[in-house]
Amino acid sequence: MPSVLPVGDPAPLDGLLPAQAAEGAAGREFCLYVHIPFCAVRCGYCDFNTYTAKELGSGASQAEYSGTVNSELDFAVKALAASGVPERKLSTVFFGGGTPTLLPAADLASILRRADQLWGLEAGAEVTTEANPDSVTPESLQTLADAGFTRVSFGMQSAVPHVLKVLDRTHDPERVPQAVAWARAAGLKVSLDLIYGTPGESMADWVASLEATIACSPDHISAYSLIIEDGTKLAAQIRRSEVAAIDDDDHADKYLKADEMLAAAGYTWYEVSNWARSDPDRCRHNLAYWRGADWWGAGPGAHSHMGGVRWWNVKHPAAYAQRLSTSVSPAAGRETLDGRTRQVEHIMLQTRIIDGLATAELGPEGRDAVAGLIAEGLLDGAAAIAGTVRLTLQGRLLADAVVRRLLGY
Amino acid sequence: MSPMARTAPVPAATDPAIIRNFCIIAHIDHGKSTLADRMLQLTGVVQPRDMKAQYLDRMDIERERGITIKSQAVRMPWELDGTAYALNMIDTPGHVDFTYEVSRSLAACEGAVLLVDAAQGIEAQTLANLYLAMENDLTIIPVLNKIDLPAAQPEKYAEELANLIGGDPEDVLKVSGKTGEGVEALLDKIVRDLPAPVGDANAPARAMIFDSVYDSYRGVVTYVRVVDGQLSPRERIQMMSTKASHELLEIGVSSPEPTPTKGLGVGEVGYLITGVKDVRQSKVGDTVTNYAKPAPESLGGYEDPKPMVFSGLYPIDGSDYPVLRDALDKLKLNDAALIYEPETSAALGFGFRVGFLGLLHLEITRERLEAEFGLDLISTAPNVVYQVTLEDKNVVTVTNPSEFPEGKVNEVREPMVSATILAPSEFVGAIMELCQSRRGQMKGMDYLSEDRVELRYWLPLAEIVFDFFDQLKSKTRGYASLDWKADGEQVADLVKVDILLQGEQVDAFSAITHRDKAYSYGVMMTSKLRELIPRQQFEVPIQAAIGSRIIARENIRAIRKDVLAKCYGGDISRKRKLLEKQKEGKKRMKMVGRVEVPQEAFIAALSSDESKDKAKK
Repeated sequence: MPSVLPVGDPAPLDGLLPAQAAEGAAGREFCLYVHIPFCAVRCGYCDFNTYTAKELGSGASQAEYSGTVNSELDFAVKALAASGVPERKLSTVFFGGGTPTLLPAADLASILRRADQLWGLEAGAEVTTEANPDSVTPESLQTLADAGFTRVSFGMQSAVPHVLKVLDRTHDPERVPQAVAWARAAGLKVSLDLIYGTPGESMADWVASLEATIACSPDHISAYSLIIEDGTKLAAQIRRSEVAAIDDDDHADKYLKADEMLAAAGYTWYEVSNWARSDPDRCRHNLAYWRGADWWGAGPGAHSHMGGVRWWNVKHPAAYAQRLSTSVSPAAGRETLDGRTRQVEHIMLQTRIIDGLATAELGPEGRDAVAGLIAEGLLDGAAAIAGTVRLTLQGRLLADAVVRRLLGY
Repeated sequence: MSPMARTAPVPAATDPAIIRNFCIIAHIDHGKSTLADRMLQLTGVVQPRDMKAQYLDRMDIERERGITIKSQAVRMPWELDGTAYALNMIDTPGHVDFTYEVSRSLAACEGAVLLVDAAQGIEAQTLANLYLAMENDLTIIPVLNKIDLPAAQPEKYAEELANLIGGDPEDVLKVSGKTGEGVEALLDKIVRDLPAPVGDANAPARAMIFDSVYDSYRGVVTYVRVVDGQLSPRERIQMMSTKASHELLEIGVSSPEPTPTKGLGVGEVGYLITGVKDVRQSKVGDTVTNYAKPAPESLGGYEDPKPMVFSGLYPIDGSDYPVLRDALDKLKLNDAALIYEPETSAALGFGFRVGFLGLLHLEITRERLEAEFGLDLISTAPNVVYQVTLEDKNVVTVTNPSEFPEGKVNEVREPMVSATILAPSEFVGAIMELCQSRRGQMKGMDYLSEDRVELRYWLPLAEIVFDFFDQLKSKTRGYASLDWKADGEQVADLVKVDILLQGEQVDAFSAITHRDKAYSYGVMMTSKLRELIPRQQFEVPIQAAIGSRIIARENIRAIRKDVLAKCYGGDISRKRKLLEKQKEGKKRMKMVGRVEVPQEAFIAALSSDESKDKAKK
């Protein structure tokens, strides 16, 4: 979640949603995202809305945090009911950050328990938490599993120490296989997150990271090219030429290498940056984002979506806590998307996933573009003939260009 | 000390003997407008409370840039030794692009105030206008301005002026337009030294048009100087060059607001309004006569304005083409020198090829189009007019590189200019080097004073239209001044260099250059474009070619990655907005074959500013 909030309309203090949010809600999945804005160390590349313990004053401390989030969940139930949104069980819950596992496992468990009390979890619901390899123990992972968590996503990033150092990651790469083993022992599914294209990372470094990842045999792997966000320490280091700039061609080479090695190890891509060992191993929570499901995002700076209404909370944990202490909606702004804009988002998001989208859903410009995109090797021709727009490997590397052409932009 | 005139002479009944017509010749920034303002105040035609700085410069752009484009005439009363006189101050444009207008303004006067900054000395353009004034037999009153400045060196520059026009340095008046010091003495001197106009009051009327201004309320306002006879309200007048006749709806003098009168007599200066809507029907330099009793001969000296520099003007947003057309039609009403015709560029779409008197004229026109009509424009590199003789002896006139004939040509002739450069003597070497690199031939060199030199060169116009003046300024730390006038043509080894993107010629980047410079142009343009054009999904070769011969080549590698790695819940709005921004950006893309070229690339590639490029590297 980038730290800069979008520009939108003001959000009402009572958290009431426009009528559009409730329309057709019964037919959509309902998910919960919980943002944990704490990190032990601020990483040089990260522009997420996170804080180290030292940066936060009273009223927003880690100790009080689960209570504050629980009060947002209470607020959410009332606001949704008052807005006429039908009651639904949660199909997925995702704890992201930040480093959720900086909170005691019991606190995470208490938030999950509150969500379960308020909405109920569907049978077989997916409950994930992100974690740093060095912020978990066998006991904490067992506590999470016992509380109903089903999945843990470790921020591994790289297996190469000098790359981890540029990223400001503190963990010992040796720690990752151990953490994975503990999670498995606790009965949790495991995902590993990787970052490629870090300044100074050679192709051999990247191959080493992929090999180490595959050796852990996780159920799911995400691999992201490093994005240099404005305002981060890394951006400043590159500007001052202390660190080499990133290179798109290097990113392309490494993406191709990742897909090749992961495919050989039995992982299949299902989104531009995500691979899974089997269909049930895909991250259902993230798929919900891409398929236009409804979700409530709790926590400072968290984004929510309900039937084409998007809103986002105030960024600072203190301001966030202050609002909830007076039963005021923590939303800072929102936007209500019209039909055309929802269609744009639909095409933008569906194109990135393996489901693709039906050619029939494209406008005339998009349908006209398909043949050219097949000829250029960016779309799967056989799939298109069968009525589905689906990216090829080359197309995944140029997905944004493909989306623009499908939209006639 | 002269008092303000108690009773001003009445227009249409003024004895020519008490009329004095003068202009002020000065370089930009030498304080002409401030001095003029001070005269308006001292003679009482503008009350102090109505005074605004540079009263006479009416157009916003003039006020903004502090330069005078359009001239005007103001009638001011002034009393000396008990006699009330009528002083007509005719304002002249100060820039080399408008030499013809200047010459017509000078022709309307008997004398000129030569105004020179006491801290800077005379500049080349002033020198040029001084020559014009002397050719018109004008009486010159040399004046040093800004004597209040600490850096003023009145003795030094009085010496310089006296050397130039002959006479005693003691006779050079020293004034300050800012404080008013010496301005009354100047007005007295104008009355004493300038001859009164002479003409035949009983002859058919002959009045010379020295300016013609379009006013959106009143139509064209024509400024004239009556030489013979009389013009009266409601009579029919005739323009001698076109034989067109109009009724005089209003006749009057500016003092400085337009004031209708019973007419204008011999030697008088004033304005005419006939209701015409286009300055082309009232051309500067033309002679106005009575329709019923026309003069047998015009005053002479009339010339059609001749554009020297051409540039393609294209709206960045193609749908603005009609707006640009209407805007040019409107500007034309007020600018007889502006000519244009529709032009199509494969790269830039629909636009106009526009002819200008010079680079300043181009810049001002472009600025007015953007400021007054809200247009965003691309202008192609300015070029001059070439005469190309083919093997079959046919001659083709080329005003646009794309018209340059393919295949064998016998010879190419290019327009030449005589340039005069004034600068401190320490820069002589640098200036000679610059002029030689621009294919100039030295015609002479004179020392105006111990440390100031006048260099005269014969140069191809094409070599000075681009960035010559900027280069000259930078090589002389801003001290050099330049004046030039068209002076014949020469045969030269000129070729057309084309720029090709993925094999497609981009007409907007074609240029006609000397063969010796073709390679450097090709290398400069291809490497510039390689920086400016974003990578595409395929490799894009950029080539420079003379005919079918490739002289330079660069490559834009294909883009391999165009995807945002992360697009989770909180990224979606941002990502969608980015898409919409890219969609807007796409509108500013021009397609050259399959290659998307951002407008910015065209603008940057066509801009002459090398210093910016250097700063980037």
